[in-house]
Amino acid sequence: MSSLFKHPEFRVGVRDLAPVAPGIAAWGLMTGVAMIKSGLSLTEALLMGVLVFAGSSQLAAVPLIAAGAPMWVILATAFCVNLRFVVFSAHLRPYVMHQNIWRRMLSGYLTADLSYVLFTRRFPHPTTDPVALREQEAYLAGNSAINWVSWVGSSLLGIALANAIPLSWGLGFAGILALLGIMCSLATTRLRAVSAGVAGAAAVAAFALPLKLNILVAIAAAVAVCLMLEKPMRARTASPKPAKSGETGGAV
Amino acid sequence: MSKTDLWTVATIIGMALMTVITRSFFFLSSKPWTLPAWAQRGLHYAPIAALAAVIVPEMVMSQGQLIASWKDARLFAVVAGTAWYYWRHGVLGTILAGMAVYLPLHMGLGW
Repeated sequence: MSSLFKHPEFRVGVRDLAPVAPGIAAWGLMTGVAMIKSGLSLTEALLMGVLVFAGSSQLAAVPLIAAGAPMWVILATAFCVNLRFVVFSAHLRPYVMHQNIWRRMLSGYLTADLSYVLFTRRFPHPTTDPVALREQEAYLAGNSAINWVSWVGSSLLGIALANAIPLSWGLGFAGILALLGIMCSLATTRLRAVSAGVAGAAAVAAFALPLKLNILVAIAAAVAVCLMLEKPMRARTASPKPAKSGETGGAV
Repeated sequence: MSKTDLWTVATIIGMALMTVITRSFFFLSSKPWTLPAWAQRGLHYAPIAALAAVIVPEMVMSQGQLIASWKDARLFAVVAGTAWYYWRHGVLGTILAGMAVYLPLHMGLGW
């Protein structure tokens, strides 16, 4: 495990996330403030800030906790708000199945939105080669580590400074700008840009859905539209690729 | 500040479990299976879609409605951030340029 931290890809993972870290930190800071302002005790806020590691589910749950909602309602809310991670886990599955179950759960737990996005940007295809697998693990570890430190560290700072930083300053918008920058870096093909456009429009149109389900609807709509557009576009432009039908299913 | 409630502590631990379960949902079973090829291709469009789905409503909506006025600091910040990105290709610069536009408009003019 310790050799993972010395692997050169660990540093690459850190380096890729570092420019976004201030945005994550601003977001974490405001989440820390919001947890205290909506009435969690110090212990509860610290525990949530350290353990839950999912900003949108924290922000959705805090008002429910304050209102005394039943536990199952809060947990169901957290699950639904996190549903996009279920989609991500389907994507990441072939990258982690060589690990044992505990290690896979740890990898999953620590892979938040940005680590998922940056990891799949660096490694578009899974591998079975042990050296390459090691690189991927090290990259993900470095990426998640700095993400965790900036999110949790800034959440704790926000909890400590809750009465000094008004939410009305809107510092959390830096988090949105960070994601905007990453989104621009991903928009390298026309279909990816279409995906962003469709998802953005669908998320606004479906905003009235409860439990942030608009995000799931938006991802589904964007993927479906892109798959439909893919065939005609490929027929017109791309060179024929070798068929991949005989892939070694489940070997990874 | 309110008192710590054991029930709430249990809820928070449950939420952490929800994070684990959702993020490793398809890692849990080790039965060999693979997604059909179309689904694998489709998932390549998911990362950018997820980002857009999270950020676009935060840019153009408030209180569940599309904003009606152009006097909104967020719009100018998004333009500045995007312009920076395509000029210099840095995410840190995107954040800083966007906030340099956002904070004066939001805190100074109340947009």
